Order: sequence, then C-alpha cells, then structure tokens
Amino acid sequence: MIRFFERLQSIDRRVVFLFVAICVVLPFLFPFRLPVAVGRSTRGLFDEIEGLPEGSIVMLAGDYSPDGMPELQPMTLAVYRHCFSRNLRVISVCLWPEGPPLVEAAHQQVAAEYGKEYGVDYVNLGYTTGGPNAMVEMGTSIPGLFPRDFYLTPVEELPLMRKISNFADIAFLVSISAGTPGTREWVQQVQSRFDVPMGAGVTAVSAPNFYPYMESGQLLGLLGGMAGAAEYEILIEQPGTAARGMDAQSAVHLLIILFVVLGNISYLLSRRRESEA
Amino acid sequence: MRREIPLIITFVAGFVQLVDFFVPHPLVANAASELRQWSVIVIAASIVLGIGNLLRIHLFERIPRRTAGWPYSIVLLAGMFAMMITGLVWGVGEGTPFNYLFRHLKVHLDMTMFALLAFFIASAAYRAFRVRNWEATLLLLAAVIVMLGRVPLGSLLTRGLPTALQLPVVTEWIMNVPNMIGFRGIMMGAAMGVMAMGLRIILGIERAYLGGE
Repeated sequence: MIRFFERLQSIDRRVVFLFVAICVVLPFLFPFRLPVAVGRSTRGLFDEIEGLPEGSIVMLAGDYSPDGMPELQPMTLAVYRHCFSRNLRVISVCLWPEGPPLVEAAHQQVAAEYGKEYGVDYVNLGYTTGGPNAMVEMGTSIPGLFPRDFYLTPVEELPLMRKISNFADIAFLVSISAGTPGTREWVQQVQSRFDVPMGAGVTAVSAPNFYPYMESGQLLGLLGGMAGAAEYEILIEQPGTAARGMDAQSAVHLLIILFVVLGNISYLLSRRRESEA
Repeated sequence: MRREIPLIITFVAGFVQLVDFFVPHPLVANAASELRQWSVIVIAASIVLGIGNLLRIHLFERIPRRTAGWPYSIVLLAGMFAMMITGLVWGVGEGTPFNYLFRHLKVHLDMTMFALLAFFIASAAYRAFRVRNWEATLLLLAAVIVMLGRVPLGSLLTRGLPTALQLPVVTEWIMNVPNMIGFRGIMMGAAMGVMAMGLRIILGIERAYLGGE
C-alpha cells in the first residue's frame, strides 16, 4: 500500500489528463442533473434587473474574447433573456476588439426568441479603443463616442439611440468581463463617478477580486464563472449550457480534490520514510 | 525640447483630467472631454503602429533570417492579413467572410487553448499542492471547501448538516470575509501606489515612460 502511494508521486501527467477528460466528457453523455443552489451575489443581479421598470435601458459591456466564452457567453445570453423577457431595452458596448461579434451572436439568438427588433429594442454599438478614457467619455456623450453602431449605421438613425445621451439615461449597467479593461474599470470610472447602478459577470478565476465591490455596494450583483451563469439560468427558469456544464465542473472539482489528497498522502509517506532513514 | 514637450503634454492632459473630477464647470468639462476624445484617437492610431511593428519583426527580420519558428511568423501574418482584408472589403457584420472566419476559426482555437487550462491545473495541483507547513495546509483546506462549495456537488454532500456548516454557506463566508479582507487591503495599497505614481508622472518626476535614461 505504501509503495502504491509512493509510486503515485511519479505518476505520468498524461494519466491525470485522461482522468480529467473522462470527468469532463462523461457527465455530458450521462448527466446527473445535480440541483444548482443560487448564491446571494447572483440573486442580487437578478433582483436588480427584475426590479427595473418596463422600457428601461440596460447597458451591457461585453469585454471578453472567445477564450472566456464558455464561462461568459452563457451569462450574456441569460442577461439578454432576462432583459427581453421583461421588455427592457439593451445597448451593448465593447472595449475588447473581439467582443462585438460575440455580443452580436448572443443578441441575434435571444432577439429571435423574443421577437425583438434591432435599433428599437436593442443596439450593438461595437468596439471602441480608449479603455477607461472611453468609459469616462461615455459620461459626456455615448453617441459622441459611438457615432456608428456595429453595422456602421449612424446612431441617429436608430430609434433607441435617440433616447440616449449619456449615463443619465442608463438604468442599469452590466459588465461581463474577462480582464482589463473590464469590471474593475467600469466600477472605478463609471459606477463611482456617475453613480450608475451596476452588476457584473466575471470569470471564476477573477471573481474573488470583486467581492470588496459587492460588500461596498458598488456592485449590486455578481456572477462568478460558469457556476454564476448556471445560477442565473436557474433564476430565469431557462437552464442552458452553463447549467448543463455544472455536472462536469462538479466531477472535475471532485477529481482535483482527490488528486490533491492522494498527492499529499504520498508526499507525507515519503517524508516520513526520509526522516526514518 | 525633445523631453520638455512630452512632459508639458503629460502635465496638461493629466492636470485637466484631475481638475475635471473636482470642478464641475463646463469649461473644464469640455476641455477634459476633448482630451479624452484625443486619447481614444491616439490609442486607435497606436494599433497601426502595432501592425507596423509586427511587420517589421516578422516580415523583415524573422522570416528572411529563418530564425527558430519562422514558419509560425508566416501563419501569424497570413492570419492577420486574412482578417484585415475580409473585414475591410466585406465588413464585419453577420454573414460576412470576416464573421465566418472569426466564429469558426478564431473562437474555437481560443476556446481550445483555454480549455487546456483545466488539464494543466489538475496536473499542477496534484504535483505542487503540498501540506508543507500550516499556511499551505490552511490554503489547501480553503481551496477544497471553495472548490466543492461553488459546485452543486458541495450542496448535495452537506445537505443534511446545519445551514451554517453547509459547504455553499461556508464558501460564501470564506469569499465574503477572509478573501474580501485580503483583497480590500491589496486594492487600497495598490490605489495609493497608483495615486502616487500618477502624481509623479503628471509632475514630471517619473520619466521612465519617455524611454532612455
């Protein structure tokens, strides 16, 4: 037995990879359908959007690239679904160059489900450079910074944009972000300066950074990684890819914990043998 | 003058933004807004500089000199020009060649790279996460609780326990108390550092961004 644990110290990493692959694939083929519990921070975002009066304008900042899609795209889809189901209007902006096509794909998918019209119910303003400077400039004039939308249509031709001047016309801001510029900059430059109510969705690995903003009330809700997206999907009663992915995530987390425990048992055994020798 | 002019531009740009934050007068607001719009244009122009730099390194140095991995330079330039040309000629909207390449090539390549992370994390955690001292043991314990508490399995495993001991509740406490305390301290320290550095740059004390020296 001791020898078995000692051998584990030098296990080939491809064996670890194989176990991870099995834990990712199997739950998709044979789902366990584990119940998803909704956390306080997820419910915070849901309650804020749920409480907005019909017709309010929500700004969604899609600051991510394709590598963050598995975690963040389900959040974007879920937030759009929630907004459109409540007849809220959505304008999207991106400070990451790869963001606009991802946001547009989500727009089109959800708008078709709810029969929403581009330019009237939602607008994709596309990408701008400038990061934090651009954020602050939106406080002066959003059409000034985005004279044309993602399709290069002048924004004055879009009925929804005629109602928007600056952040004073935005009822709620949702930042879906995978890094910089992203949620941190939106909080620092926009929420605190223009007092815009705000929530966010971020990758699991960066979520711990944003809890201070939740506690200070600068963020009214926070979705952390695929788990946060799954919780939101459950709240809007439309389980999607994130909720389906939670079985695989549960299995991989358990596997990593098992590996860590096994690795430590073999480490402690080898250390004891060394001290005895 | 080569150093004085950038220092003056930096001082004016930084000072106007600083004053704009505290003085809500249209004169200051307009000047600050104008400068911010300039900055957006300057940053956009820097993308062209970036393209020029990529061409210089790969087209005129790496490929002609056949340095290690030079075929990748061809792939990089081919990808860049393919996206640029399709975007400029047919636009970037739905149904365009640019969008097709982005959605069916770039998205999947990026996601594949990111997905590999799970495999490396599992392997690294197995090899490196050791209870060498009490701090590492504490970290490991917190990691195990949070990893289980953030997924439905954690909730399922501890469903029969009192609420305060259930893994999602303990996880929420770890994130909201010890984690938040640590991050808040780091953020406040970093913010003070940023303020000090900002002032040093505006006042021309910190000049490393000018290069040289």
